Amino acid sequence: MAMAEEIGAEEFSAVVARHRAQIFRFLLASTRDVDLAETLTQDCFLKAHRNWASFRGESSAMTWLMRIAINLQKDHWRNRRMQFWRQTRANAVELGEASEWLPSGERSAEQQLLAQERVRQVSKAVEGLSERQRTVFLLRYVEEAELSEIARATGLSEGTVKAHLSRAVAKVRAELGGKQ
Amino acid sequence: MHPELIKALGEFRLSVHAWSEAAYGRSRRVEAPGRRRVWRLAAGWALGFFLVAGGASAGIWEHHQHQQQMKIAAAHAAAQQRLAAQQRLAAQQREQQARQEKEDLLAREDLLAKVDKDVSRQVPAAMEPLGQMMAGDESW
Repeated sequence: MAMAEEIGAEEFSAVVARHRAQIFRFLLASTRDVDLAETLTQDCFLKAHRNWASFRGESSAMTWLMRIAINLQKDHWRNRRMQFWRQTRANAVELGEASEWLPSGERSAEQQLLAQERVRQVSKAVEGLSERQRTVFLLRYVEEAELSEIARATGLSEGTVKAHLSRAVAKVRAELGGKQ
Repeated sequence: MHPELIKALGEFRLSVHAWSEAAYGRSRRVEAPGRRRVWRLAAGWALGFFLVAGGASAGIWEHHQHQQQMKIAAAHAAAQQRLAAQQRLAAQQREQQARQEKEDLLAREDLLAKVDKDVSRQVPAAMEPLGQMMAGDESW
């Protein structure tokens, strides 16, 4: 019994090490608040740890963790314990800040500026999306999750995921100037 | 999907990844200072509490001392007033006694003078010859 628990704890530690950064990234992109994202990430793994024994591997650990993170992110405004964060929403930065982190790669200075401008436009469009559209969009285009994974993580049907994604992409396209 | 849109989405993904990596590293690095900050915050609160409590205690003690001094001063003033009243009363009593004695003395003197006068003037008729005789003897 103790041996099984030890193995479980080791497995869980490995899951944390493997997925923590990705969960944090999704929550950061969703909330645009580093402190809040860190808190929700900790809450996510705390919740996962409590329910680790009930995880049966029907989906990947990442999908399971993402589902917990999405629910936490959805609930955090309603949760009384998170009233504090609602008040300190001033910590949130514009998603466009991410454009400053765009790696320059092989681009010239001019190309880099244009790329940053495009990132800012996409960020602006993402901020204007509904909560559900944003979640689906970020999972698809930032986390590169498959539609089926997104459906499992969000608890929506694949058809609904596709519809949300389509609307989200249309808004991004419109923000980029409708050239596409 | 248009290649330009795909490019923009790819750049957006790269940006969010880079931003997240930077923030993730920062949030993990500041964990220990965060704990220190909590301690500093707690120490600050404790110091603040002691300062407030000390200030309040000093104020209460000062007020208490002031009250005590007021009480002592009031008691002293009351004792002074009692003493002055007693002194005034004693002086009045002495004065009244002296006046009374003087009046008594005057009354006694008046009475004696009156008696002398009465004795010297009112000689009963039956004693008149004796009086004349004594007047004759006085001429000796």
